[in-house]
Amino acid sequence: MSLLEIDGLSIRLPGRDGGKALVEDVSLHVAAGEVVGLAGESGSGKTLTALSVLGMVPHGARTGGEVRFDGRDVLALRPRDLRELRGAQVAMVFQDPTTALHPMLDVGTQITEHLRVHRGISKRAAAARALELLEQVRIPNPAEAVRAYPHRFSGGMKQRIAIAVALACEPRLLIADEPTTALDVTVQAGVLRLLDDLRAQTGMAVLLITHDLGVMNVTSDRLYVMKAGRVVEEGRTREVLAAPGHPYTASLLDALSDPGTAPEGGPDHRSPGVAATGLGG
Amino acid sequence: MLLRFLSRRVVATVVLAFGVVLASFVLTNVVPGDPAAANLGQQALEDPEVVAAWRAANGLDQPLVVQFGNYLVNLVQGDLGVSQQSRRPVLTDLGEFGPASAELALVAVVVSLVVGIGCGTWAALRRDRPVDQLFRVLSLGGVSVPLFWLALIAVYVFSFQLGWFPSAGRLDPGEAPPPKVTGMYTVDALLAGDLATFGSALEHVILPALVLAAFTVGLLTRFVRSSVLEVLGNDYVRAAHAKGLPLSLIVRRHVMRGALIPIITVVGTAFASLLAGTVLVERIFSWPGIGSYAFRSATTLDLPAIMGVSLFVAFVYILVNLVVDVLYGFIDPRIRTA
Repeated sequence: MSLLEIDGLSIRLPGRDGGKALVEDVSLHVAAGEVVGLAGESGSGKTLTALSVLGMVPHGARTGGEVRFDGRDVLALRPRDLRELRGAQVAMVFQDPTTALHPMLDVGTQITEHLRVHRGISKRAAAARALELLEQVRIPNPAEAVRAYPHRFSGGMKQRIAIAVALACEPRLLIADEPTTALDVTVQAGVLRLLDDLRAQTGMAVLLITHDLGVMNVTSDRLYVMKAGRVVEEGRTREVLAAPGHPYTASLLDALSDPGTAPEGGPDHRSPGVAATGLGG
Repeated sequence: MLLRFLSRRVVATVVLAFGVVLASFVLTNVVPGDPAAANLGQQALEDPEVVAAWRAANGLDQPLVVQFGNYLVNLVQGDLGVSQQSRRPVLTDLGEFGPASAELALVAVVVSLVVGIGCGTWAALRRDRPVDQLFRVLSLGGVSVPLFWLALIAVYVFSFQLGWFPSAGRLDPGEAPPPKVTGMYTVDALLAGDLATFGSALEHVILPALVLAAFTVGLLTRFVRSSVLEVLGNDYVRAAHAKGLPLSLIVRRHVMRGALIPIITVVGTAFASLLAGTVLVERIFSWPGIGSYAFRSATTLDLPAIMGVSLFVAFVYILVNLVVDVLYGFIDPRIRTA
């Protein structure tokens, strides 16, 4: 049994003609300690699928299928059990740390508040853990950083702090939703490397969401490609990228290497993940 | 950092205060109406010599510029002139009536904050449910109902019909006020440990304060609702949910903190409307405060008193805004360092 098993998940907004399907019949699984990629363009349902693992679905939406974490269907959990799952067993790193971190709460509070709720540890123990976590995500001068507010840090540093927040309760599954998209190109590789190191240290599973297949190649074992709410391709990352079976995957790959369609395309444009590790192809 | 922030604000405040003095002075003096006519009896008015003497005694025979200069010189020395009605220094009058109004306003502010923020947050969390609809109707009512009407109805229903609250004054007739410390009877009674007087003072202040608060409660409820709704849509609230925090903690720590800046801004503005409201409420509840004093001074064209009240209100207003500005810095670390 895998740690996470999504089985025939659908998320639809109610309306005429059966409403609008945001996610349709998505199945994927993540084993303990595994790194799984979830790729696709924006609007393809990646983030919605990921949020459903936390039991977070859009207001008023109806769900079908099952999202089993550790054998329990998350979509059927009582609010209290759901709260005990969130942040403790499954943690999430959001796309833009500038908006995901609270601008008026100091870093220390944000790193440890859920730790204190989930584990009921003392303020002092939590403070010690905050320092440890900041060191783990390589924030310079942690003692000063815990008392500072997010606006003092650069985008890359903020995302490291957000990762520290996610790591606080030693989750078994980390969901990283486009963790480098909002960051400066120069710091993207560093954040990805950090995520990879942390996974190796802690043995947690990672579900990495991105539209950047180059990032996938570096970090993930297996890969799912989503388009318009459905999974269109899945398999071992290397194999999928070497020989995409679905034209959509091929077009995503093309977008990566083709200067004509790449967003800031220069002749040598490659995604930072690829460029940083030299694994791109 | 805070010191520089504060000193800059203080300088701005002094400039503002000068502007207020000038504006009040000009407005007070261009108003049609003859102070002599308002203050002297019919017989005295028929004697030009008496009128001239009265004008000279009150400095009204000099050019406006000179009058203004004199006023400024006296003002800097803490002399606001002598009220033509009470024949006491205006400052003494303000010292007597100010605390009564402050007591009324403070209770109204506290009620507004507690009820307005509570109901507004509740309505936002229960968006489009019956509670939200109910609060929408009530707050709309609070904002639209004329204050004088509400005050009269409140007196009629709660004092005369139900007899729950006294209808006038700060204490029952014959009751001795507590020894003066702040001039606010509830506070002074507590300080003196006199619970009976405290109870009586509280009973007297509640009804006028509630009436006074009606508008700000309505305003705040609507405003807090919309600003909480806006914060609820923020990424950081979603992130807080993803951390598995209980809703009460998310609302208290994450949502309220995010919504506080716009709320405080409105509280500052709402306080101004509250000050304006005291004139009506104090008249109807026979509350011996600044509002009543202002009313009396205006009807008798008591220029020094009118000036005094204007300055007092402006001063309070400036002070409230200063406090709001300092609070911004305390709440939002980004402003503190900016």
